[in-house]
Amino acid sequence: MKTLYTWSAILAIVFASVVGDVLLSRAMKQVGDVHALWKELGTFAVIRRTLANPNFLLGVTAMAVAFFSLLFALSWGDVSLVAPAAASLTFIGNAVAAKVFLHEKVDQRRWIAAILVAGGVALLAG
Amino acid sequence: MTFRKYLILAGVTIFASTGDAMLSHGMKQTGSISIHQLPSVIFAVLNPWVAFGILLLLAFFATYTTALSWADLTYVLPATSLGYVLLALVARFILHEHVSPLRWLGIALITGGVGFVAGGPALTTHPPAVPIGHKPEASNAAVSGARL
Repeated sequence: MKTLYTWSAILAIVFASVVGDVLLSRAMKQVGDVHALWKELGTFAVIRRTLANPNFLLGVTAMAVAFFSLLFALSWGDVSLVAPAAASLTFIGNAVAAKVFLHEKVDQRRWIAAILVAGGVALLAG
Repeated sequence: MTFRKYLILAGVTIFASTGDAMLSHGMKQTGSISIHQLPSVIFAVLNPWVAFGILLLLAFFATYTTALSWADLTYVLPATSLGYVLLALVARFILHEHVSPLRWLGIALITGGVGFVAGGPALTTHPPAVPIGHKPEASNAAVSGARL
């Protein structure tokens, strides 16, 4: 039963992190190149423009959900399972979500990179 | 990709790993917090390690969102995963912890993944949207040129 709880919490972390990363990435593409904007408008205008973006706020909310799911997962399972499982599954989930929702060109090179990093993280933290 | 952009990616990597390490060190000094005393987590920020860790994580968030403003998510995430390698090297050479062969293999895999993605383009470029039935002259010329 505890294993089921732990894995449900891990899936919740992965889902919320992927949603958060995708929303944040979409928000920042809508905001535009931060360096160019900063030169043109100044620091506060860039911050105001970013905070006014609804996708940015939703993304931050999703990341907060991911953080609290992590706390729950850690109260049920070992950190040596939860941290690497969540991190490596998030890499794979992000590659899929970026292709589907952000229409990024996830070519062979990027798939291999995502899988290598996910495997490496699992080994490193395991 | 300019030097300034690589600098931002390096910032994402370094701020994330050092911020996490400092937060972890500080929270171990604070001691474990029971789920029934959640408000006591607020006092944890009084620990200088925790406070500095939070500052570094704010810097991480600023550099991460900056990177996402000009690069794809599937580029930024693998490119900044060297932080895991950095933490393992700090554990081995500064904290003198034992790093098992399996972990060295993990380091090699991540480094390989970073090398793979860093060699490709940082941002997906989409051709400008064209109304249906309206083919621009240039692409027609290119298509017929390719057929010839």
